[in-house]
Amino acid sequence: MTENTDTTGTESRPDPLTPVLTRRWQLDRSWSIDTYERTDGYTALRTALAAHPDQLINLVKDSGLRGRGGAGFPTGMKWSFIPQGPTGAGAKPKYLVINADEGEPGTCKDIPTMMADPHSLIEGCVITSYAIRANFCAIYVRGEALHCIRRLRRAVEEAYAKGYLGRDILGSGFDLDIVVHAGAGAYICGEETALLDSLEGRRGQPRLKPPFPATSGLYASPTVVNNVETIASVPDIVAGGSAWFRTMGTERSPGPKIYSLSGHVERPGQYEAPLGTTLRELLELAGGMKDGIPLKFWTPGGSSTPLFTAEHLDVPLDFEGAAAAGSMLGTTAVQIFNETVSVPWAVMKWTEFYKHESCGKCTPCREGTYWLVQILERMVHGEGTPEDVDTMLDICDNILGRSFCALGDGATSPITSAIKYFRQEFLDLIAAQPAVARPEQLADLTGASA
Amino acid sequence: MTLPEGNPEMNSREVTGPVEVTWTPVAADGPIVSPSYDEVTRQRAKEIIARYPQSRSALLPMLHLVQSVEGHVSQEGIRFCAELLDLTTAEVSAVATFYTMYKRTPCGEHLVSVCTNTLCAALGGDDIYARLQARLGTEDRPLGHEETAGEPGTPGSITLEHAECLAACDLAPVIQVNYEYFDNQTVESAEELVDALRRGEKPHPTRGAPLTDLRTVELELAGFHPDLAAVAEGPSIAPETVRGAALADERGWQAPARPAEHPALPPLPEKKS
Repeated sequence: MTENTDTTGTESRPDPLTPVLTRRWQLDRSWSIDTYERTDGYTALRTALAAHPDQLINLVKDSGLRGRGGAGFPTGMKWSFIPQGPTGAGAKPKYLVINADEGEPGTCKDIPTMMADPHSLIEGCVITSYAIRANFCAIYVRGEALHCIRRLRRAVEEAYAKGYLGRDILGSGFDLDIVVHAGAGAYICGEETALLDSLEGRRGQPRLKPPFPATSGLYASPTVVNNVETIASVPDIVAGGSAWFRTMGTERSPGPKIYSLSGHVERPGQYEAPLGTTLRELLELAGGMKDGIPLKFWTPGGSSTPLFTAEHLDVPLDFEGAAAAGSMLGTTAVQIFNETVSVPWAVMKWTEFYKHESCGKCTPCREGTYWLVQILERMVHGEGTPEDVDTMLDICDNILGRSFCALGDGATSPITSAIKYFRQEFLDLIAAQPAVARPEQLADLTGASA
Repeated sequence: MTLPEGNPEMNSREVTGPVEVTWTPVAADGPIVSPSYDEVTRQRAKEIIARYPQSRSALLPMLHLVQSVEGHVSQEGIRFCAELLDLTTAEVSAVATFYTMYKRTPCGEHLVSVCTNTLCAALGGDDIYARLQARLGTEDRPLGHEETAGEPGTPGSITLEHAECLAACDLAPVIQVNYEYFDNQTVESAEELVDALRRGEKPHPTRGAPLTDLRTVELELAGFHPDLAAVAEGPSIAPETVRGAALADERGWQAPARPAEHPALPPLPEKKS
């Protein structure tokens, strides 16, 4: 994987937009099995079931597909960690769990995918389950995504009726049942081990790793947890091959990706483009900044990915590019904010979110997010003190890397990146406020001037 | 990463906590569970349990089922789940109190959720929430988070809440009514929406199935759809959803062509050892 092994000899760049996952979305009743089958649906499943499961794992490894839920872990490698064989952990039942608990602020790609093309996910689930030798698959959908839940359950019903699910699928001897499971409103359940606890009927709190889900996941059995977009990509990889998949994106971040543009942009929406597309290119496709008001800050992949500014318009939005520029690709939830938005206010709102969603299991995150909200709310409401910026950085330092899971780390991202790029805005905001030793004095001050 | 089997703390099936104290009821013998949990509901709970390899996985859907019966998670509902899953009421309460969709007090016919996360808020979500609080509150007091305008459960009653990101950011600001999407809202459109709900009307969501009420929707979340093929229809594709796909069509852009036939899969690796 270190050398360019492109044997087709084509150096041509793909088109600026490459609809693969989104290619059916404009079709009439795109969610029905009729439409799906008419557009090559469930043909990859036949190819897959005729192969050895390990060949599918190798195919996905060769394709370079990386997890689309934010972390970017190589999918084929994750599948290969599932112990196989007649003894030890390999003898236990294996499970596939789909993380459809889309809730990272700004992220809105999986919900349209499940609404518009649920069968691509179902077909991906059958192929993946066959590859990892799972006979039970749960799709954990956040409860608020009610219509997705209906569409998926309908798709599952249709797939059973056609013999794509159930006993002896298409005469292969392979059995699979899928349950579409509704969550109940908790951002933390997007964290894979919290999701597993939730799916087991518990409070959704993360588990200590190791052991990893690959050996000790659902019901302490080997489990693959993958994101919706990841698994919905699998049928196309089987149908097109790894070389085709690699014609899009970059060497280490191959394939197409759904970029979700939201906020102060003329035409917000879902744009599926090769990985490595820049914000400058995406903004051009989306008609530029709304009303021509200049860009101030943006997130490359949800609120847990450190902010970028107008300096970062040409950062290639792939796993390596975003990381090299000091952020993360995350879920490619590109939230765009113009000059009218106050950075301390935006950071306060995000921090209120993390405080609300912190599961309370570990102290740095539970206490840290609580105190960060206290400081930010006080500051935004006119009672900041000159020490606040340093205090917040100090608290973030005590959360980052010291929390149980990535929620705590994510909570520090907006704050530390905002202070990095917009420190003066925080200082100016505080300087413009009346100097108070104690917040409760403020009421007297404002009362006196009225 | 190969570790001793299992994770005793998180995965143990045996509950080793203290034995729950059972008080002798003062009243005569009778069912512990309220009569509101009738045979149909019990049967549904058993169907939910049968879906999973292990029964406790049924707890979240069963709590949705409880809300479909009572409009919130009551103590009786907690006992109902505990009894059927062989859990203590403390274990069920611990779960019910963790998740925001489980409401501890009776809700209105409709639940109106306004996204006030950063992006929606910047585009008007905070203003929408403030206006709805005032509109649904009394003259001297705006309606608070998870409070209900009207008598809970009666037609036209509304429980209001501010919600975290509802994953429709390209359609911001968004509101959900009973978890159906009303996209691209303004202060005015949101006010018209709740006024219509208060009058007993059921405006059609931008995306989703025709509005019913919160209890019907909770039954759906538990896995019981009145007519799945029918409710799975309805609009779901906003112009924003297909902006990229439509632009690609317009410009003649597409993904690189796939091979005509499915390519051969990579060979099996050599057997190790």
